[in-house]
Amino acid sequence: MDIPYIVEERADTGLNNVKLGIWLFLASEASYVLLRLMAVEWPLGVDVLNVPLGAVNTAVLIGSSVTMVMAYASLKMDSLDRYKWWMSWTIGLALLFMVIKGFEYNHEFDIGNFPWTSTYLAIYFTMTGLHALHIIGGVIVNSYFLGPGAKMWETNKAQFTNRVEAAGLYWHFVDLVWIFLFPVLYLL
Amino acid sequence: MPDVTTAEHAAKAGHGHEHGHEEQSFWRQYIFSVDHKVIGIQYAITGLLFLLFGFGLMMLMRWQIAYPGAPIPLIGGLLGDERAPGGIMLPEFYNQLGAMHGTIMVFLGVVPLAVGGFGNFVLPLQIGAPDMAFPKLNMASYWSFFLGGVVMFASFFVPGGAANSGWTSYAPLSVFATTGQTLWLVGMIFLITSSLLGSVNFIVTTIQLRAPGLSFMRLPFFVWAQLVTAFLLLLAFPPLEAAGVLQLMDRVAGTSFFLPSGLVYADAPWEASGGGSVLLWQHLFWFLAHPEVYVLILPAMGIVAEILANNTRKPVWGYRVLVYSVVFLGFMSFVVWAPHMFLTGMGTTMSSFFQTTTMIISIPSVVILSALFITLYGGSIRFTVPMLFALAFLPMFGIGGLTGLPLGLSAPDIHLHDTYYVIGHFHYVVAPGTLMALFGGIYYWFPKATGRKMSDLLGRIHFWGSFVAINVVFMPMLYQGTAGMNRRMYDGGEQYQMNADVLWLNEVISIGAWVLAFFQLFFIYNFFNSIKRGEKVGANPWQATTIEWQAPSPPPHGNFAAPPVAYRGPYEYSVPGAPNDFVMQGDPDSAAQPAKV
Ligand code: HEM
Ligand SMILES: [Cu+2]
Repeated sequence: MDIPYIVEERADTGLNNVKLGIWLFLASEASYVLLRLMAVEWPLGVDVLNVPLGAVNTAVLIGSSVTMVMAYASLKMDSLDRYKWWMSWTIGLALLFMVIKGFEYNHEFDIGNFPWTSTYLAIYFTMTGLHALHIIGGVIVNSYFLGPGAKMWETNKAQFTNRVEAAGLYWHFVDLVWIFLFPVLYLL
Repeated sequence: MPDVTTAEHAAKAGHGHEHGHEEQSFWRQYIFSVDHKVIGIQYAITGLLFLLFGFGLMMLMRWQIAYPGAPIPLIGGLLGDERAPGGIMLPEFYNQLGAMHGTIMVFLGVVPLAVGGFGNFVLPLQIGAPDMAFPKLNMASYWSFFLGGVVMFASFFVPGGAANSGWTSYAPLSVFATTGQTLWLVGMIFLITSSLLGSVNFIVTTIQLRAPGLSFMRLPFFVWAQLVTAFLLLLAFPPLEAAGVLQLMDRVAGTSFFLPSGLVYADAPWEASGGGSVLLWQHLFWFLAHPEVYVLILPAMGIVAEILANNTRKPVWGYRVLVYSVVFLGFMSFVVWAPHMFLTGMGTTMSSFFQTTTMIISIPSVVILSALFITLYGGSIRFTVPMLFALAFLPMFGIGGLTGLPLGLSAPDIHLHDTYYVIGHFHYVVAPGTLMALFGGIYYWFPKATGRKMSDLLGRIHFWGSFVAINVVFMPMLYQGTAGMNRRMYDGGEQYQMNADVLWLNEVISIGAWVLAFFQLFFIYNFFNSIKRGEKVGANPWQATTIEWQAPSPPPHGNFAAPPVAYRGPYEYSVPGAPNDFVMQGDPDSAAQPAKV
């Protein structure tokens, strides 16, 4: 016997395995964020952080979400070349995000802001750090689907499209977390 | 999905699955396997080894408790001067043993065996699936667990030894603790990642891969128990992972998430920004650890239900009631963590709220236990070895549950908190309770996994010896606790002067623990010996009804020759008019004979 419902949907649940799996995974990650927020007191009014850089980064990340959608759409329209083009952009923008983040961290260190300086900065570094780890995870997965993983396109288009869709859901989630972190950390 | 999909899939059918049925290398087949049965067995054996290890740590501690300050015989000299100079255990080492006994038993022993082992091996077979939904993820989950275990084990050998702030790792003590605590946190992050991957896999598998006809209300109770457990793991563990990361930051990056301002450590003000909250750790920890209690108990209940139905030759009583109770219990377990913190000054409103939720959550547990008891009534009971263990589970879990009620009320908890009463109470749930059920499960499904039965005689010796000894261990603890004897004590110091009249029991308990260890030798021998030399059996040696008994023993890769179909509920025993006293779930008509292999 082979594992069913890898690509096609199960009639009574209306889902395929990958989609259900990724949603469950995201649900568990979300409960994480929720708890982290409920738990910690928020310091207000911050002029320590570089708001313009943060804003640019927000735009970069939203852009990468858009290119991710384009990549998925290209597969649906049966064009591997265009998929590769958009996927490269997605990865490129993610890397740009990390570079800007690096400048930001560097700037904070320069002016003597470290995780142990205050609880507010501890939260800032921990949360953006964890978020960056998620970005790195996404970049690795996306690079795999751009390079060696794309071979599956020749053997099983539907399953490959499906995998890219799941990766996309994850990517939008990571974006969403940022869209949420940005105002909370930078603006409030 | 548009029409391309189906056309594509039809064209490529049989191509997409690279887990072909060709010869696989030894490594692929037994070590880095993606087959749920192999992974289940890997989990079970690793879990059993860790249970043995954790039990070994406890036997060392029991020596110190029974004979304070006396050199440990035989192995005392091997422990090294930083742990036990001259064979005499140091208090620091006692603390390490205590913290690691708890951690290992819970996270590396019982959960991997009950969920990773039984869940992986039995669940896909019971729902008639060829494998888990994500076989590679399953393998990743096992190896992440394995790495976590290696890190925990290695922590004994770093300077200062393993974590020593208790298995609860309360801040701020844990933030100041030696390097072992950092490794504890890293190990936990691996373990949590593993259970996160595993739980996603279990849920998707149960929802998506059920055989045709196997509706939710036809699922064996074992599957329900695993499903609810998976949801608890999915939603309760991430906050602990977050908490672990925060504590790690406090330890290595100098943050103060759990450190209040103005802390003094070793007679000097602690250099940190402060402003953190100590209680935050406790909330985050117990938000996980309370559902964790149900993670330790639900799979055991599932196993017991299967064994009871099979050996009473009648359906479990009140199947629907059982299902509703277990689902309700899953929901409730998220709102009952705080009884562990009554003594933290949380205020009376909060403590009455949690007191109420705790009383409410005991209702489904009582219902489940009662239903299982009622199942016995009027059955023609076969006293097989698995059945003995399942029968023992019922009163043992009952004692564990009942002794828990006073702890859920904030007034008596003030007296009993931190005494051996607490130790006795929860061990009745997890050791004589869960462990008994898990052993029963091993005897029950061993023939499915290996095609051979374990020795009946050795099984009975193992059962009776363990059953008596384990009660000698834990019953006196309840008594010592009500007399006010505190737990987590190296030698009790001045405090134990006040408990002078119950101290003699320490020796009794310790001897009980060693006798308990002795009787496990029968199990260990039986287990390995039966793999090679046990009596050969067919597909359905227990004359059971559920779908896993339709597959050959041991099931091949892919499990079933033809996809099974479920025609009825899981426990059709003693159906009036049927030719046998049982009808299998997958038999199209009730007159059919059970599958033969
Ligand atoms: C069957 C053999 C076992 C024996 C003889 C045993 C004995 C003990 C004893 C005497 C203590 C108290 C140590 C102290 O307060 O200093 C203890 C603590 C503990 N045990 Fe066990 N145990 C056994 C099995 C288990 C199992 C199966 C689990 C978990 C599933 C477990 C989990 C724990 C935990 C979490 C603690 C720490 C309690 C605390 O926070 O103070 N034990 N055990
Ligand atoms: Cu609890």
